[in-house]
Amino acid sequence: MINTHVTIQSMVLEKLKNMPLKFNFWLQILFILVFALVLFGPIVNLLIWTVTEVWYFPHALPSQWGFKYWHQVFNPYSNVSSSLFTSIIIAILTVCVCLLVSVPAGYALSKRSMPFRVFWMLLFLIPQAFPNLTVYMNIARLFYEFGLNGTLLGVVLVHSIHGLMFSVWISVAAFSTTDPMLERASRNLGAGPIYTFFHIILPQAAPGIIASCIFVFLESLDEFTGTFFVGAPDISTLPLLLYSASMEGNYQIASITALILLVPSILFMLIINKFMSPEMLSKLGK
Amino acid sequence: MHFKISKNLWLVAPAAIMVAILFLYPLCFSLYSAITLDNGSFTLEHLHTSFELYSNDILFTILIVLISVILLALLSTIIAALIVLSPFRSVVLILGVLYRLPLFIPFIVTAQMMRTFLAKNGLMNNAFIASGLMTPMDTVSFLGWSGIIITFVWKQLAFSTLLITGAMSALDESQIRAARNLGASRFKILTQIILPQIFPTLGVAMVLSTVTMMSVLSVPLMIGTGTPTMISADMAFRVNSYGDYHVANALGLVSYAICAGLAWFYLRHSLKDKGATA
Repeated sequence: MINTHVTIQSMVLEKLKNMPLKFNFWLQILFILVFALVLFGPIVNLLIWTVTEVWYFPHALPSQWGFKYWHQVFNPYSNVSSSLFTSIIIAILTVCVCLLVSVPAGYALSKRSMPFRVFWMLLFLIPQAFPNLTVYMNIARLFYEFGLNGTLLGVVLVHSIHGLMFSVWISVAAFSTTDPMLERASRNLGAGPIYTFFHIILPQAAPGIIASCIFVFLESLDEFTGTFFVGAPDISTLPLLLYSASMEGNYQIASITALILLVPSILFMLIINKFMSPEMLSKLGK
Repeated sequence: MHFKISKNLWLVAPAAIMVAILFLYPLCFSLYSAITLDNGSFTLEHLHTSFELYSNDILFTILIVLISVILLALLSTIIAALIVLSPFRSVVLILGVLYRLPLFIPFIVTAQMMRTFLAKNGLMNNAFIASGLMTPMDTVSFLGWSGIIITFVWKQLAFSTLLITGAMSALDESQIRAARNLGASRFKILTQIILPQIFPTLGVAMVLSTVTMMSVLSVPLMIGTGTPTMISADMAFRVNSYGDYHVANALGLVSYAICAGLAWFYLRHSLKDKGATA
């Protein structure tokens, strides 16, 4: 009798000891649950709107579902397909411009002997350190004088300046990982500097450079502010179309456009998730 | 050797020239245009006009940015601390995947999502009604200042948490282990060992987030309905409707000042910390 009493008492004590840990566990689970709801709520709402045909105020869910607006969007004569085409062309051209200037810059800056290396690195950081809305406004004014407003070239240039920071910084990191001994060996064996660069150095840095291209591509695809000032109304990219559809209250078209913009972003996230650990990010720029 | 250095300079030149022409020049021009008349003489008239017309919006912008930054700092520290310190592996794994979700969702898509989600008949209110927490009559639209804050925090949380988690996991683990062996609770480890060391990263994340919030035009245009609105929307309006670059640039000057103010606050604090330990 006494024995059982003692064991019960010890069991209760044991439970009490574990209590804070268990309590903490459920608290953390609750936090995750709320966090997930907050994260997924807007995404689910967007997905519902893409397949909504009729949705009036007091109803919790649409009263009529369907793919009517998808047909409208993917009609070859719709604005969406032409905007998608423009967006992709601009993004590809932006990647080309960024590659052209940032590969040589990244290679030169990866050398520790580069004079004023910190200054150059900071120079490419500046576009991220100032609110760029004001700058885009004045670029639009500048471009107006040269007749670049509303042209493809103008939009590509604005997107490039935005993407340059990513492409330069990631290229520097990529070229820093290359083995200098291989370069020296190639030169000693009689290869020219240009041959060595394209056959020995560039292949080693390729993964990083491809990552920077993906970044620049996505940034260009999603860019709104610069296109709004420089491109509109002649150049219509997907973000501009999304904006005008949404302001007209055409939420189905806006949501489907948003979903189209989401697809490359999510694909990219799945690919890059492996490369982009927080540990690696803390090493970037060193 | 000299030849090599000049060759390297040539390689950097195209990118540097691009930044100079397409960023530095417009940046300097915006400063110049904000404080000069058309004939080039110095004036404070544009700044005066912008304060007269938009002082409410300036105040509103500062409030939105401050509230968002405080919420961001709090939430991202909590999430990062959970990831680094939580004893439950499942919690760490789920949270590690979840928080990165908005990282690659574009701002314009986020704005569209929130425009439907936070509206009077949006999914959020509908969920509250369905769960019995509200009646359809009580619902309010969150489009406005609270919507702007929610959107900014929702989107920027991924970025700032990524930076802070990185800083936390780069810390010397032996310190945490030593503190734990000496009997410190997890909360004490967070506040007394981890937070003081990641303060610089936290500051950088907040300053960068502020710059982003001041540059995003789609969110105030799509979420902030009516007045007052953020000055970024006012700038676009000033340029597109009146072609009035002077006042728009004066407002731009104010937006630089807001960012600089936050950066200054951060620098002063970090210098003070260094002075205290030195």
